[in-house]
Parts: sequence; structure tokens; C-alpha cells
Amino acid sequence: MKARITITLKQGVLDPQGKAIEGALHALGFGSVGNVRQGKYIEVEVDESDPAKARAAVERMCDQLLANTIIENYAYELEAA
Amino acid sequence: MKTSVIVFPGSNCDRDAAVALEAATGHPPAMVWHGDAELPNSDLIVLPGGFSYGDYLRSGAMAAHSPVMREVVKRAKGGTPVLGICNGFQVLTEARLLPGVLMRNATLKFICKDVYLKVERSDSMFTHRYVLGEVVRFPVAHKDGSYFADEDTLDRLEGEGRVAFRYCEASGAVTEVGNPNGSSRNIAGIYNETGTVLGLMPHPERLADPALSGTDGAKMFASLVEALP
Repeated sequence: MKARITITLKQGVLDPQGKAIEGALHALGFGSVGNVRQGKYIEVEVDESDPAKARAAVERMCDQLLANTIIENYAYELEAA
Repeated sequence: MKTSVIVFPGSNCDRDAAVALEAATGHPPAMVWHGDAELPNSDLIVLPGGFSYGDYLRSGAMAAHSPVMREVVKRAKGGTPVLGICNGFQVLTEARLLPGVLMRNATLKFICKDVYLKVERSDSMFTHRYVLGEVVRFPVAHKDGSYFADEDTLDRLEGEGRVAFRYCEASGAVTEVGNPNGSSRNIAGIYNETGTVLGLMPHPERLADPALSGTDGAKMFASLVEALP
């Protein structure tokens, strides 16, 4: 199965890169843009046909390596590869 | 005194650490490759600065799970002193031996310059040759050095006397001006619960020889030599 994982900074965690992107968007004339937050997107294929097992594996991956849960949240979607 | 320096792909201060350790102890450290599962008996383990695994994913994230780190974590939990400098500090937080995270500098810039630090503890094995409140000059060279932890963790660190160094001005004033990277409460280095693991972003090993225009860092290695067998 394929997992599409999105990793985002928790609320309250400073995101200077998001701020810089917001500044650049304003400079381009997108004046209505605000509160830009930057994150990561990771795709992994898991050789597993049971969705419950695939989910458990993806969550372990996220907790152990892909996200730092002190500052980041993660979410994912599973689909048949 | 037996010391080991862990070398990851992308470490670049391993030699600097080795030179400073040899100058202090009289013996060259064992240089241990990250892929080794075996670590020699060590009175002190040093995780050096650099860009392990190219800083991919997050600084220190991949190195924290390399084979040798399993052994380093085990030794650290057993009481073996561990010093993590710069990328080594990032690895220690990712390995959860130290709380918090090193995030992108508030300025978004790579900062490479000497900074002033206030010595917050002079009774640890790493710092007893310094005077409490002394201002020292160490170099920094990092892009991900902004120390972040939630307020409860920061309060706990301060309450337990686990802040090792704070960024300050030359006068010793702990201010925003003296904080190069946006670190919470100007924190430049912290100890674990037992004071046997120290992580810090600035580089003591880069100003540990008179030929390098400063020796403030040498006192850290001298402290360790005196405190350890």
C-alpha cells in the first residue's frame, strides 16, 4: 500500500521559513495571504495488504523517525499501491 | 582516560575534537565509525559537529538511529559521560538523551562567528574549571541551532539547574542582542538529569589552542580530564 504522509509544525512552534515565504508572497502582490506554515510531504510504499497492519507500520515510522513529535504533527492517507 | 569520537558520514569536526582531546588527555581518542555496532570502553564519548547524513529530514535525525548510537544511548543511560557538540547536540536531542529540539535559526541564516556564553554551572564534570557566571568566547557554525522546548520543559530545565550555557553579550548580559539564533531563553547548552550528558551548539574544541586565537574551550577538556579516571 502507499502512504502519503504530511508532517506539519505544531501550533505555537515558530516557523521562520513559513514567515519568509509569507513575506515573499506579499512581495508578489498576494496581499490577502497570512499565517503561512511550511511542512513536509513524504510518500512510502509498504509491502502490506492489510490496511490495519500498514497503518500500524506507518505510525511507528512517523513516531520513530519521520516526524519529531516534540514539534511536529503528522497525518497520512493510505491507498492501494 | 579513554575517549571515543563517533564519526558519522558528514561529520566535519571529528578531527578538531580528536586534537583537543589528545591535547588534554595525552592520548588520541578512538575514532568510531557510525556503522560499527561495537564501541570501545570509554570514559568519555564525544559526538562531533558536522552535517551527519547531509542534515536530511532533520539535523541529527538519521544519525540518532545509526548502529553505533544504540550503544551510545545504552552507555549514556549507564552513566558514561557524553559530550555532543553542534551536530552532536542535535543527535542527542533526536536520540532523546536530551530534551527539546534544535530548529532553524530565527534569522534563517547560517551563522559562523564567535559568540559569548555565560557559564551557568561551574560544578559539573564538564565545567568545574570555569567560574560560575564567567563569560567565555566559543565559535558557533550552524543553521539549525535555535533551541526549542515547551514552556514546562524549559521551566523544569531551569528548576533542575540543567542549563549549562546561555548566549550573552560580551558584558555577560543575557539579552536578545546576545542571542544569535533565537534559542528559547538564550539556551546554548543543557545537561541530562544526571549531569553526565552535555549538549551544546557552540564549539569548545575550536578555541582550545593558543594558535587559534583563544583557549576558552580548553577548560572544558581540562575539567573532564580532572573529573574522570
